[in-house]
Order: sequence, then structure tokens, then C-alpha cells
Amino acid sequence: MTGSHQTLTLLLFGAVVAATLAITSRAGRRRQGSPEEFYTGGRLFSPMENGFAIAGDYMSAASFLGISGLIALYGYDGMLYSVGFLVAWLVVLLLVAELVRNCGRFTLADVVAARVRERPVRIALGASSVTVSVLYLVAQMVGAGSLVALLLGSESGMAHTWTVLGVGALMVVYVCCGGMRATTWIQIVKAVLLMGGALALTVLVLVRFGGDLGALLTSAAERSGHGRDFLAPGLKYGGEGGWASRFDFISLGLALVLGTAGLPHILSRFYTVPTAPAARRSVVWSIGLIGGFYLMTIVLGTGAAALVGTASVRQSSPAGNTAIPLLSMELGGGAGSTGGAALSALAAAVAFATILAVVAGITLAASAAVAHDLYASLKRRRTPGEGGHTEGGRTEVGVARIAAAVVGGVAIGLSLLAQELNVAFLVGLAFAVAASANLPVLLYALFWHRFTTRGAIWSVYGGLVPAVALVVLSPVVSGAPGALFPGADFALFPLENPGLVSVPLGFLAGWLGTVTSRERADEARHAETEVRALTGAGAA
Amino acid sequence: MRLDDPWYDALASGRGEHREAARTTAADVPPQERHVRRRPASRDARGDVYLTVQRSAAFQQVRRRYRHFALPASAAFLTWYLAYVVLATSAPGLMARPVAGVLNVAMAACLAQFATTFLLTWAYVRHARLRRDRLALELRWETQDMTRAAGAARRNVPADALGGSVANGTGGGAVGGAVAGQAAGEEAAL
Repeated sequence: MTGSHQTLTLLLFGAVVAATLAITSRAGRRRQGSPEEFYTGGRLFSPMENGFAIAGDYMSAASFLGISGLIALYGYDGMLYSVGFLVAWLVVLLLVAELVRNCGRFTLADVVAARVRERPVRIALGASSVTVSVLYLVAQMVGAGSLVALLLGSESGMAHTWTVLGVGALMVVYVCCGGMRATTWIQIVKAVLLMGGALALTVLVLVRFGGDLGALLTSAAERSGHGRDFLAPGLKYGGEGGWASRFDFISLGLALVLGTAGLPHILSRFYTVPTAPAARRSVVWSIGLIGGFYLMTIVLGTGAAALVGTASVRQSSPAGNTAIPLLSMELGGGAGSTGGAALSALAAAVAFATILAVVAGITLAASAAVAHDLYASLKRRRTPGEGGHTEGGRTEVGVARIAAAVVGGVAIGLSLLAQELNVAFLVGLAFAVAASANLPVLLYALFWHRFTTRGAIWSVYGGLVPAVALVVLSPVVSGAPGALFPGADFALFPLENPGLVSVPLGFLAGWLGTVTSRERADEARHAETEVRALTGAGAA
Repeated sequence: MRLDDPWYDALASGRGEHREAARTTAADVPPQERHVRRRPASRDARGDVYLTVQRSAAFQQVRRRYRHFALPASAAFLTWYLAYVVLATSAPGLMARPVAGVLNVAMAACLAQFATTFLLTWAYVRHARLRRDRLALELRWETQDMTRAAGAARRNVPADALGGSVANGTGGGAVGGAVAGQAAGEEAAL
């Protein structure tokens, strides 16, 4: 990487930071005192705006750079990821989005707490939401550190550390000063940049091949060094890995497809639109955007294999994360050319904007879980029945701001500690925890008339504890060369992703807790949840 | 930017298709049951309102339509996705079989996953808009009117003091109820 290229990339990064801060200060001028404004941005975003924001919240740098890179390296096995990330949205659309919009106010726990005893359920769901958010945040921030270092072409640890600190500070500033309104607009801008960047590169790749997709795939297969195998499954999963690697992918696939509907930062996005039909239409927008984007990653990944060559991609970064910058360089006119440097700097800036928007959304959701669920429930015991609506609301937003800073601090600390480690499994783990702890309780509360408090609590902990415990006992923590503690060996569980076991356990625990509880489900509250969920009566 | 009415979505999406929606609602629900029966307010008035609505034929219609579409569709796409993942990881031989040109079974299945996702999205949205939205909206206003009336009764405020919206809702039929409720609902939501 040349000096001028690095300067250009840094300038574009600076422009992204300046633009996001400008959005934050504009949004911050609005009234920020009410929880309504802080958590939902006033609930009046249009379905299109929210659809872009959802897409911006969901598509991480790991999708843009990571999945294209995996496709460039492993061909078809990389595409398996894209399918899981997209199909997951059908669960959100059909079973969750509208009902959650109608029943909840700010968080996932609102929906469940309307049916069962509030305090223990809020504490359980607050804990699981914070766990999911922190896992996802650490994965994003460590990834951001290595990406920025890679994109700037600097190998030193300092670039990594400063990136983690900078990204962490920025996300806390966005959330504390701008709340949901700033977060949403940052996500919209990022989604537009990401879609625009991906579209431009896709068009350039297709122009290179004269619009002939067959030629693109053939040439990718040739230059990958794998021949026809490149376009069939088995290069990464299956083959030598044996049954463990196959079950591992099935486990990851299950976690991806069910976890999306349990991610707190995705669920909280539905509260930013006025009605359930608007929530539905925002999901339609986001499915269109996300589906289009993952189709483009297929073209970009195979394009990188065809134009740059799998060997060169692997040489530059073993995980394939530089496939897109290398491809941009090639499309702009090759290494050393001005066009190549400019295009690759643009791709890097888009990736950087992507990182910032995703971490802001997660931090906001985590702060809502701490302030609205955990803090409010734990405080309620000490001072029962105190505080008027507005008074309580104002303190809650204050607590949420402090919580955002604390969550940000914890995430920065963990990311700096985990800097040297391979944390790619954390994204899969966050989805697995969301699928095992958050989704079962949400579906039971919405669809099962007998569901009780004990069922809800068992369901959350019955998914959360096994998911985390199985990962601790898995080869990602010990007993393998790439593990967190390669020296020790207490890996009793053979899979890297716990979803295959922990998701059924979450559902089972919820069922078991319900059928064994002495308390009967409250008929009136079930009626209220059901009527509100399907009609929108009394929706916030 | 915020000029559009938040209720525009529910009321005016797919204008041309409303006639069809109206026809199905009128045909499927017996006229005497289209309106939720109102009960005198009591101590647990709010809970009673929701129980009454839940037992009404109109609500059960909405719930049946939603569940009869969403649950089988979810089961179908989850099965199709899991089958795809299991096949891709355990039957690479089958997946590598060529179909046409560079296209093999695996690539075709991958593209089919994208296609079915888009198709199901379209089908679900169309179903919700034509078969559910209008009925759900009518129920929403009626339920909110009833909750308010129950709340007023509990506070010993005569129901008349609430003005025309309740009276309209009781006597005015589906459309009258929806329109009267609309004004009140906007105020509540904004």
C-alpha cells in the first residue's frame, strides 16, 4: 500500500466520522428527555427509512468483507452463509415483527412481561439481551480493529488499539447524544453507502465479463485452483473435517436462521415506526435490500476469485477479509494506479461506515436492556410504587445514557483483551444465544395460552446457560490450535457453535417450566396480549 | 417529511384491493357477530374488555387467518432451509451434479432459496393486506373505545361525557366505528 493511498483512505474515514457526528449533533438538538424519543426516535419513521435502517443495522462489515472473502476462498461454502442470513428474515416477518410492534414499548422484555410476573422475567431477559449485545459488540470491535489495520496497511498493534478505542468512543457518543434518532440516520446513511458501493463494484465486475454470469463463474472456478469443486459445497465444511464440521455448520445455520428474530437491536427497530403494517413494510424493504446485497456478495466473491485469484486473496489475508479491497484495486485499474487506489479507499471507507452503524445499534439496544429492564426491575424492589411517569422517564433516560457508556467501556476493555485472539466464533455465538434464550420465550408468550412465569424464566436461562456453557467446553476455548487457551484441554463438546443443542433446550425448558408450574396462566392477560398483538389496540 | 398520516398505511394501502377485502369480511362473519358485544364495566374492566374481544367472532377470524397462513408457511420454509443446509453439508456429490452449463444442483438450490424467500415475503404481505389489515383495524378502534368506556365507568364518569365516539362506535356499524375511533386513536398515538 502506497503512502498516498493510505492518506486518501484516512481522509475518507475522517469524512465518515465527520458525517456521523454531524447527524448526531442534529438529532441531539431534538428533545431528548423522554424514553420515547431516546429509545424509539419518536416512532414516526417511515417504513422505507426503517427498512434501510434495519438493513444498516444488520449487515455488518463481516458480511461485506467477510462473506465475499469466504466466497473468494471457498466458493460455494461461503454462499451458505448468505442464504442463512437472508432466510432468517422470514422468521422475523411472519412470526415476530408485527406482533412485537403491537405488544411492546421499548424492549423485547416488554412483550413477555405483559403476560407473566414482570420482575423476574425482565431480569432474565435483560441479562440475556445484554449478553447477546456484548458478545456481538466484542466480535464487531475486534473485527473492526483488525480490519482498519488491514485496510490502512499497517501491521502494528497500535493501529488496532486506537481503532478499538476510537470506534468505542464514537458509538458511545452517538448513542448518548443522539439516541435512536441519530442511530437510525447513521444506519440509513450507511445502508445507502453500502448498497451503492456494492452495486458499483458488482456492475464493474459484470462489465468486465460482458454481463455473462456463466463466464464469471467458469473463470472463478479456473482461477480458484479448485476447478468445478469451487462451485459445489465441501471445500470448507465436510470433506476432511468429518461429521463434526458438518454438524457444526448445521448448528450455525440453525442459529443464524432463528437468532435474527431474537437479536435485541433488531427487535428494537420495529418500535420506530407507528403501526404494525408499517413494521411489516419495513421488513419487506429490508428483505429486498439484504437479499439484493447478498446476491451481490456472490458476484463480488466469485469476481474476486476470478480477477484477483484465490491464491493472492489468501496471501493478503488468510481469512479472506481483503478480497473486496483487492478486487476494487483490480477493477479501478490495478495496483499502483490512481483509479485502483481511489476505488479501494472507497471500499475501505464503506466498510468503516458499516462498522460504526452496527456498533451504534447494538450499544443502544444494550443500554435499553440495562436501563428499561434490569435497572428498573432491580430498583423497583427497593422503592415500590414511587415516581411519576415523566419523572421516572427522565431518570430512565439518564440511566440509559450511563448504561451506554458502561456497556461501551466493557466492550472496549474486552475487545482490547481479546485483540490477539480469533473471535470469529463470537458472531455465531451471539446468534446462538439469541436463538436459544430470546426467541423461545418470545414465541411462547405470543402464541401459547398456557405459558407461565416459571416457563418464561426456565426458557431464558435454559437457553442462555447451555449456550454459554457449551461454548466454554468447545474447541474454540480449549484443546485446539486456534483456541483461546490452546494450552489447556477441557473441550468436551465437539462443535464450535452450540445452537444445535441449546436452541432445542431453550424450547424444551420453556415447555417443561410451564407444565410443571402450579400457577395457572392468567387468562385475561393472555387475551390482552393476543388481542393487542393482532389488532394493535392500545399500541404504544 | 412527516406530513403523511401514520394511519395511511393501514387505511389506504392497496386501495383497489379493498373491495375484495370488504367482500370477504362481510361474507365470512355473521352480521350480528361483527360487533363485539359490550359488557358493563366492572373492577377488572380492562381485562374483561380484552376477554370479550378475544371471544368475538371477528377477532377469531383475524387470528385464524393469521395463523393459518403464518404457521404452515414458517414450518415449510424452515424445513426447506434445514433440508438445504443438511444436503449441502452431507451430500456434496448430489449437490455437485451439473444442471445446465456451469449451473449445478447446489447453485440452483442456493438461488432457489433466495427466490422462495422473496416469493413468500410477497405472498405474506399480500395475504395480510387483503385478508387481515382491515378487520384488525376495525377491531383496534372498537377495542380502544371499549377500554376507554370501561375506564370512564370505573371512574364513575357517565359514558355520555365521552362524546360521540363511543356512541358512534356502538351504533354506527363497522365503518362508523372505525372512523370515530380514528380521530381518538391518532390523538392517543401521536
